[in-house]
Amino acid sequence: MDKHNIKGFLEFVYDFYRSMKAHEITLVYEGEITHQITKAFTSLTESNMAKEDESNTVQKKVFHVMVECLQNISKHADTFGSDDYLFAGRGIFMVSKGTKDYHVTTGNVIENRKIEELTEMLEEINSLDKDGLKQLYKKQMKEGRVTDKGGAGLGFIDIVRKTGNKLEYHFLPIDETNSFFLLSSSISRTN
Amino acid sequence: MEVIKIKGTDDTPSIVLDKDNEIFEISGRSLPEDVTAFYEPILNWLDEYAENPNDKTVFSFKLVYFNTASSKLLLDILMKLEEMHENGNEVLIKWYYPEDDEDMQEAGEEYAEIVDIPFEQVSYVL
Repeated sequence: MDKHNIKGFLEFVYDFYRSMKAHEITLVYEGEITHQITKAFTSLTESNMAKEDESNTVQKKVFHVMVECLQNISKHADTFGSDDYLFAGRGIFMVSKGTKDYHVTTGNVIENRKIEELTEMLEEINSLDKDGLKQLYKKQMKEGRVTDKGGAGLGFIDIVRKTGNKLEYHFLPIDETNSFFLLSSSISRTN
Repeated sequence: MEVIKIKGTDDTPSIVLDKDNEIFEISGRSLPEDVTAFYEPILNWLDEYAENPNDKTVFSFKLVYFNTASSKLLLDILMKLEEMHENGNEVLIKWYYPEDDEDMQEAGEEYAEIVDIPFEQVSYVL
């Protein structure tokens, strides 16, 4: 980078910092999600919440949601481009904290052919009430649809059950075979 | 019979399976990197135990957290115990939950609805 580019880059860093502040983002990461990363992020967030005297219930809910979201990326994110560019198990992970709630947001590449099935699953989960979610969780657990990858279904159901909030999601097209899947869960700070 | 004694970590539970001393307990946190590999020895141990179990088996679950991937494996354990019960052996599940943890209490209730074994809910103070 020449001098001009460095200045431009550093200005970008400041803009980035300001936009993180504006969106109240407390943690952001892009890359491969491993078990070590999951452990590091959850313990970091736990100690931050403890310092801020967040209630035990809220802490536990945020922990649950983070673990399930991180696991979804590590197990289900698809490959995009050549292997050394972006590979499976990668994505963006973000935690933000507002005055009323926490948001855990993930983004990862997904093959277009999987979108329909995933949308159906998410819509079904979002349409169910408390008891419906409980029945679906029990059913999926019994049917043992935990493949070698570990089913994503249970994770989504668990998030909605623990938070009491519906899942917000969005697909953005990348090219003819892939899209970017964004998922956001909110955890109320006042319960 | 061989005794299983696993010390818990921040992502794996403590497990004691001791036939002679009649201790069967899983406690702590469960979110292992590879759930299937982690629980495999436990399930194998139970298979062997089921061939010649004690007159009475009291199995305690005292978990403070488990992820959804672990929930399926916990059900596998309970189903093995259910089979023992069906074969005429006395089995009791003790499900411990921190008194302010409704989610853990509810998780116990759900398992009790799925498997047909005597199930006791016990609240405790952390």
